Amino acid sequence: MENTNCYHCGTDCGRSPVEYDEKAFCCNGCKMVYEIFSENDLSYYYELQSAAGATPQEQEGKYDFLDAPAIIEKLLEFNDGNMQVVNLYIPHIHCSSCIWILENLNKLNTGIKGSQVDFPKKTVRITFNSEVISLKQLAIMMNRIGYEPQITLADFDEKPTNVDRSLIYKLGIAGFAFGNVMFLSFPEYFDLNTNQETGGEYWLNEYQDLFRWIMFFFSLPVVLYSGRDYFISAFKGIRSRMLNIDVPIALGILVLFLRSTVDIIFNWGPGFFDSLTGLVFFLLLGKFFQQKTYSFLSFERDYKSYFPIAVTRFTEEGKEEIAQIYEIKKGDRLLIRNEELIPADGVLMKGDGHIDYSFVTGEAEPVRKKSGEKVFAGGKQLHGAIEMEIVKPVSQSYLTQLWGNAVFNDEKSGRFQTLTDSIGRRFTIAVLSIATISTSIWLLIDPSLALNVFTAVLIIACPCAIALAAPFTLGNMLRIFGKKKFYLKNTQAIEQLAQIDTAIFDKTGTITTSAKSVANYEGLPLTEEEESLLKNTLRSSNHPLSRSLYDLLAEHDIEVLEDYEELTGKGIQASGSKGNIKIGSADFVGSPSAQNIENTSVHIRANDAYKGCFVFRNTYRKGVAHLFEEMGKELQLALLSGDNAGEKKRLQALLPATTPFYFNQKPEDKLHFIKKIQEKGKKVLMVGDGLNDAGALAQANIGIAISENINVFSPACDAILDATKFNELYSYIQASKKAMRIIKMSFVLSLMYNMVGLYFAVSGQLEPVIAAILMPLSSISIVAFTTVATNILGKKLK
Amino acid sequence: MSVIYILLAISIVVALVFFAAFIFSVKRGQYDDSYTPSVRMLFEDELVKKATEKQNDLKQNKPIELNN
Repeated sequence: MENTNCYHCGTDCGRSPVEYDEKAFCCNGCKMVYEIFSENDLSYYYELQSAAGATPQEQEGKYDFLDAPAIIEKLLEFNDGNMQVVNLYIPHIHCSSCIWILENLNKLNTGIKGSQVDFPKKTVRITFNSEVISLKQLAIMMNRIGYEPQITLADFDEKPTNVDRSLIYKLGIAGFAFGNVMFLSFPEYFDLNTNQETGGEYWLNEYQDLFRWIMFFFSLPVVLYSGRDYFISAFKGIRSRMLNIDVPIALGILVLFLRSTVDIIFNWGPGFFDSLTGLVFFLLLGKFFQQKTYSFLSFERDYKSYFPIAVTRFTEEGKEEIAQIYEIKKGDRLLIRNEELIPADGVLMKGDGHIDYSFVTGEAEPVRKKSGEKVFAGGKQLHGAIEMEIVKPVSQSYLTQLWGNAVFNDEKSGRFQTLTDSIGRRFTIAVLSIATISTSIWLLIDPSLALNVFTAVLIIACPCAIALAAPFTLGNMLRIFGKKKFYLKNTQAIEQLAQIDTAIFDKTGTITTSAKSVANYEGLPLTEEEESLLKNTLRSSNHPLSRSLYDLLAEHDIEVLEDYEELTGKGIQASGSKGNIKIGSADFVGSPSAQNIENTSVHIRANDAYKGCFVFRNTYRKGVAHLFEEMGKELQLALLSGDNAGEKKRLQALLPATTPFYFNQKPEDKLHFIKKIQEKGKKVLMVGDGLNDAGALAQANIGIAISENINVFSPACDAILDATKFNELYSYIQASKKAMRIIKMSFVLSLMYNMVGLYFAVSGQLEPVIAAILMPLSSISIVAFTTVATNILGKKLK
Repeated sequence: MSVIYILLAISIVVALVFFAAFIFSVKRGQYDDSYTPSVRMLFEDELVKKATEKQNDLKQNKPIELNN
């Protein structure tokens, strides 16, 4: 029988799909969602995009914290008694079906008045009547249809901030003024150098002043509002004795405006209002283009984005109550349910801990804990409920402490001078000296023209094209990288990436995959019957190791087991028609050989004889060896791992011999390691994945987070790389180097335009029309050049 | 030729009207999400109520490709 894919979520149904309504489903959860949708006339969901759904997750007790009014109050965006508005983040939003179903939620519950999806941000804003449906019921309903809202501590802390739309306003105003001023300049363009005496157009001369003054008023908001940032930035630059690129720009804008105003006041000419507004408009356009943001990704995440808002705490009388995370004190007893996160360091008191620290370390294999053992914040309990006692409050836990480090409060951009700015310094000096020299020469030849020449030089030398080269090249590269699933925080990250000379890698989760492990079998060979029994036994178990092992074994016929028992924390024992089997830990099975504690293994005993064990190993990502070899040629490499040295031998075989390894590195050790090599003048790239790398990622000149699923998890960083593209990392680094070369070439190109312009300026013949032609021409040709060049570069990338 | 005052006034007023419309639309958040509306407008109106009638032409609808 061919395997079918689930009608709801598209995953492989395996050999026994759930049939309903002539459709196959992978599980009952998916079938339930289908039932809900078809009962409520919402089956259009499946017409829009096939298999768009997600399997609903277990929800028991998950949203209990939404009963607390104080928490609800914090989460709601608007609350008018009964009518409430909430904005929920739903990571599953990914296609048109999702938009459709979420905007038709009112068909599922009459209490929902309306809902609007923001697709790029993956959020849905729901207006609902709290008398009919409470926030908790709403969350449960969303969860039931597979759209699980993610409500974390970050939502609780953040006040809804107003979106910064000032760039759009500025761009809009500059564009508006530019268009109108161009339009008003037309008479001047066609009627140059004429006046009433020489026989120019009568009415154009008659109304010339009116036209000019209207242009003046149009350019006022452009200078005062749209171009404001350039003045501020230039002022800051001069004050800190750093001539950035905004200094000549601000100077150009200012001189353009003053000279044009003086020109029209004394009726010397039409002024350069068209060039002025055009200049600001193009500059802002470059800024806008550079601002490509991946709103569905967040580069600023800290632990708060993953921690729950509230947990279940036992009161002294032994009753359960909901407690906010920040209220948890030392000595509190918490109940951590299945799939819940441990919010603070503590001691396991009751239950069987299977704790997944993949958020923290990247290691997907859950760690087993017995009661009395320590558990750390950031772990996720995978197997049933546990009880724990808090030893340290949230903010002082092993993991969260890391965020106290100063490196997280320090903006990276302040520590870095961009290529444009370093060019800007030399450029400003050159322009100012040309202006003074030519002015002093003109003072000797014809003093009346000297001021004219001085302003003309500053106007024409305004480095519009230079200022545009970087935003357009890097902005376009950002988009190209984004298509290749390499998401950078901003364009500066590309510049940083191009400069690195040292690359540090984390091990677990970064160069190893957290997906399917590879297991080697060590011991006596299993017979056909034993293997069949093993596979059938594993089939019934939900333990992650059982699932991985089950997937690794060959297909066998389904057999009904006579006896099956799963002993939590130990293993499974079962018997079939052809014998019995014991699977699990070495103690449970009775392994005769000494245990190898550095590796995860599953031991097998069949028909009362010890057979052997499956040893799970980390799987290294495809192309790791090749990547290290390539990068090793030009960069210094190192490997930092929080794990023990168990994998050292395999790593040595895999990676170039010169790569140093450092094991047992704590999160803070990683940070200090990077700081130390930075002090030696190295530019460091850090590649990591878990929250334990967050400090190192922030400290490094550029931190790249590797992510298996970009929607779900990534620590704060400068760039996020999809795990499937890991082996392409080096080609991305090289592409960013080439992008910097493109910028340098465009600098040369725009300098040539400046030379031509300077000829007119220095020789005292700069007419407004020449400026009006030269300025857009140079800008547009630079934009065209960088766009074409980066696209060619992008084509070569995989 | 003083008609030019009227013409100028009209042209500026028209320009200002569009400008005000732009400011208004930014303020209302219409520029915050420039992607979702492009998908939303492709959904069939009130299709669900007449699902049986429209079933046929529905089948011809290709799923909408999204670039995420």
